[in-house]
Amino acid sequence: MSGGAFMAVLRRDVLLALRRKSEVLTAVFFFVVVAALFPLGIGPELNTLRLVAPGVLWVGALLSSMLALQRLFEADYRDGTLEQMALSPTPLAWLVSAKLLAHWLVSGVPLVLLAPVLGLQFDLSTDALTTLTLALLLGTPVLSLVGGIGAALTLGVRGGGVLLSLLVLPLFIPVLVFGAGAVEAQASGLGAQAHFSILMAMLLPAAFFSPLACAAALRIALE
Amino acid sequence: MKNINWFHYAAPQTFYGLAGKAWPWFAVLATAFMVAGLWIGFAVAPTDFQQGEGYRIIFVHVPASWMSMVIYLAMAFWSVLGLTFNTRLSGMMTRALAPTGALFAFLSLWTGALWGKPMWGAWWVWDARLTSELILFFLYLGYIALTSAIDDTRRSDRAGALIAIVGAINVPIIYFSVKWWNTLHQGASVSLTQAPSMAALMLWGMLLVALAFWAYSIALVLYRVRTLILQRDSHATWVHELEEVTR
Repeated sequence: MSGGAFMAVLRRDVLLALRRKSEVLTAVFFFVVVAALFPLGIGPELNTLRLVAPGVLWVGALLSSMLALQRLFEADYRDGTLEQMALSPTPLAWLVSAKLLAHWLVSGVPLVLLAPVLGLQFDLSTDALTTLTLALLLGTPVLSLVGGIGAALTLGVRGGGVLLSLLVLPLFIPVLVFGAGAVEAQASGLGAQAHFSILMAMLLPAAFFSPLACAAALRIALE
Repeated sequence: MKNINWFHYAAPQTFYGLAGKAWPWFAVLATAFMVAGLWIGFAVAPTDFQQGEGYRIIFVHVPASWMSMVIYLAMAFWSVLGLTFNTRLSGMMTRALAPTGALFAFLSLWTGALWGKPMWGAWWVWDARLTSELILFFLYLGYIALTSAIDDTRRSDRAGALIAIVGAINVPIIYFSVKWWNTLHQGASVSLTQAPSMAALMLWGMLLVALAFWAYSIALVLYRVRTLILQRDSHATWVHELEEVTR
């Protein structure tokens, strides 16, 4: 039964996001524009671009996922859906994990799919592109999970957007380090296996603990 | 002294009196330790044979870094207490600690830069310790920004407690990831751990200043928590019966 509730929330959130395409697309285009601005700022030298590409794409992904984070609980908070979720017999953390998964599907997956295309602009090799995409695939869910805690804490707070970035961006650093580091390790011949393992080691505890922390934060906000 | 009833002092009303009695003592201790520590640091301790007189900033820099980390741990401790026992005082203690912690983190970064310029020839290097200290500073700012953005005190205390705990879990992860990131990028250009073993006198100076910072933090936090108690309980009768309020 709780599996049904999970699927229902997941479907609802994805459907809502797809009905309001502009919001999803804004974050995605932001990512594309940021990635396109860097070569203009740094210069078209391909050797330099190849070096900075993983970092640029990862920072772009961080910032663009920040944009989407603010909307994670906002609408549900305002129209009272969140209160109903907190009151329902299904654990709030379980419903929140459905929302987080939906958020990742809508805001994280497009970035993962776009990254190889943008990587081509930076003249990355096929191997590097594969590594980058895999690292993003493992890392972006962590961004949604950890960011969710910040989104829940800043719910309905003055200046929530800027505050959210201040709270959450420092916590993203480990993901950034190992996500961008994977490509570099692969390029230097070390292999990205260790980086993938560490990203996975961040993803699994985050997937377990973050919905619990989010639920606690939401209950604080709903009091 | 065997059986102190700790829960007695969990009430802001009783803690207000205790803090009022205690803080001047800690302030005196802080001054005494500071004078002794700086005297050893600047007058007694020998000149370092590698770094000359410039090393003397260690007497402020290292204790400030220690303190910035200890205070974050203390904040996490009070946050756990606050969320489990639901005590009002815990939230006030966490809030009182945050500005002092941020101050020490900033002081540590600043003195580090001042020390780094003559020793390494750069104000800033992306060393694991420097980077994680900077991030710790950001975490303090995030906590302060979050708690001051929420007007409802109960909600802001609980939200702050949650972010302090999440931050405390993340600090070691951040430290190790930055450390590995640094070793991957470049060989450690700077290593503080391989410094020649310290003269006993230098260690004493550092320990005394560290004690001074401890006493200073305790005194300041107690003073600040008294102000917070007065602010939040300004509607209560016991506040209006206080000598310093009626006067």
